[in-house]
Amino acid sequence: MSQRARNWLLVAPAGAWLLVMLVLPLSVVFVFSFGERAPSGGYVPAFTFEQYLNLPARFAAFKNTLILAPLGTFAALLIAYPLAYQLAVRTSEKWKTMLLVLVIVPFWTSILIRSYAWIFILGGRGIPALLEIVGIEDMRLINTPFAVLVGIVYGYLPLMVFPIYVSLDRLDKRLLEASSDLGAHPLTTFFKVTLPMSISGIATGCMLVFILLMGEFLIPALLGGGKVFFVGNALVDLFLQSRNWAYGSAVAMMLIIIMLVTVTLYMRLISRLNIQRDDASIM
Amino acid sequence: MEDHISKKKFMEELRRYQKGSVTRRHFLGVTGLGAATAVMGAAMPGLRATSALAASDIGDRVVLATWPNYHDQANFDMFTDQTGAFLQVNVFGSNEEMLAKLQAGGSGWDVYVPTNYTITTYVEEGLIEPLDLSKLPNYDPAAFDPRFSEAGIVDGVVYAVPKNWGTTGMAVNTKHDGGKAFTSWKDFFDRTMEDYSGRTMVHDYQLTTIGAALNYHGYSFNSVAENELADAEKLLIAVKPHLFAITSDYQPAMRSGDAWLTICWTGDGKQLNTDIPEIAYVLGKEGGELWSDYYAIPKGAPHMEAAYALINFMLDPEVNAREVLAHGYPVADSRTNALLPEEILNDPILYPAAELLNALEFGAAATLTDPNRAELIARFKSA
Repeated sequence: MSQRARNWLLVAPAGAWLLVMLVLPLSVVFVFSFGERAPSGGYVPAFTFEQYLNLPARFAAFKNTLILAPLGTFAALLIAYPLAYQLAVRTSEKWKTMLLVLVIVPFWTSILIRSYAWIFILGGRGIPALLEIVGIEDMRLINTPFAVLVGIVYGYLPLMVFPIYVSLDRLDKRLLEASSDLGAHPLTTFFKVTLPMSISGIATGCMLVFILLMGEFLIPALLGGGKVFFVGNALVDLFLQSRNWAYGSAVAMMLIIIMLVTVTLYMRLISRLNIQRDDASIM
Repeated sequence: MEDHISKKKFMEELRRYQKGSVTRRHFLGVTGLGAATAVMGAAMPGLRATSALAASDIGDRVVLATWPNYHDQANFDMFTDQTGAFLQVNVFGSNEEMLAKLQAGGSGWDVYVPTNYTITTYVEEGLIEPLDLSKLPNYDPAAFDPRFSEAGIVDGVVYAVPKNWGTTGMAVNTKHDGGKAFTSWKDFFDRTMEDYSGRTMVHDYQLTTIGAALNYHGYSFNSVAENELADAEKLLIAVKPHLFAITSDYQPAMRSGDAWLTICWTGDGKQLNTDIPEIAYVLGKEGGELWSDYYAIPKGAPHMEAAYALINFMLDPEVNAREVLAHGYPVADSRTNALLPEEILNDPILYPAAELLNALEFGAAATLTDPNRAELIARFKSA
């Protein structure tokens, strides 16, 4: 077998998978987005830009998603970084494995059930009831953007912790000692050595969380009470309730375009940062 | 590490989820947890009730697509014991969602429970199987009030047999009403913007939510007139900041006290009122919806024999009477009513006064499929 044939053979399974599971469905969505809703729901072929022209009707959904997804990513980063740092740099080998397992343990239960638990924690008999004891009355948490943010950070934290942990774990600890021996304040060491060396982990974590958040629909539906509406929720509605496949496809295409643009810009930014730091690895 | 729970207990917990809190479209329908739990049950034979009569030839399972809080688990268990067929239950929140699943194809359902106004659409789309009544000996057309059974017959062909009927009204926690009782949809929306602000829920379902807003203005629940829908939309958008949630899964928030007011179906109203007497079930005096649900078999059901067996089993008056006692929705079957206790038959939630009932309308097929109503509710939700 020639080298060339072997190469093709090796790529074939992944290629076939991508073709059937990604390229074909996406083509269908693309074609549908120029169609029309059938009278009793579904899709009829047509060639119209009507669906795209109607996109402003979902402006609020795009706005909510584009505010809460970056915000959630940033909040997850703020919480995940110190945790990952503690695990990678400060924890003895003996405890490391066990603590890492504890980070994953929540994944053993469905996010659905865990979000349901948050409904009770944030609901009137949960945290607000505790706040009433200390005199803060009528605090509304559930079905607010804040509740959705809590759910997001909670649900996606492990995805942020792990890449950062890996990048910090690989960090040569002698560099930190050298920095300190040369008289740098611990904070200076952190900002000049540790943080730049972990940028690839931060980049990966943020990307993972951000991309998944852009398509999120479950957490806003559960913790937002149908009032905090993401693009994902708009899509569920269009396909499963109002059965407007054509318009749903246009909304999906728009989401994909927004993702492509933001992720491309983001990759550019990160690779520029990395070149500046003279560190070629992005992920 | 985790404590062990017994398999039986595990299944009970899952079923509680299915019956109670984890219900409406946002989770079960969309995420398929209902299916997932049932699949899990089916995949672990040890969890299944084994049957002495397992030799029956209807197959090992039957897939039922139904609404939340709508069955007695004991009846399901009995069916499994008698036939050896395990019941796999998918729970849905709206007829639109059921229609969407069937239109998409490959639902895998054997039995589903469409509401009156959907059946002609299913027939037109070729998504429903005409029923072979010889396989349903427990179905006695003469026993049913025709008002609640006629929608199952299209062009003389029986496509669906009646399950339950009911009304769409509102559930009010009267503890907070300051002595002023709710009597109308005008009260519902006006007071949502006043003393019930932040405490009201509307369904995540265009038919009932838009219908209630139309009733507020004195229009028909079924209106598809553009100017009337525009008025309804204006009202809904104005009310939205005052809503606690837009959800068809309203029991948990009513029970926890987070919400005080919701659009509500008969059985949910009955269940809430039984457990928490200060929650009243009220029909709007302007009108509202009267509906009837049916058992039907989708075209190409994979377990056709089991589907007939299940429907026939559920139409047994004794089984049906247990269902009513469990879920609190009335039946139109006189044989079943004869077995029900007096207090159920005299319950004003199940059987409202004639003048209230006369103001109600059956939903129309055009109401469900109207594209403007579909887009209106989607705009309202994403506003």
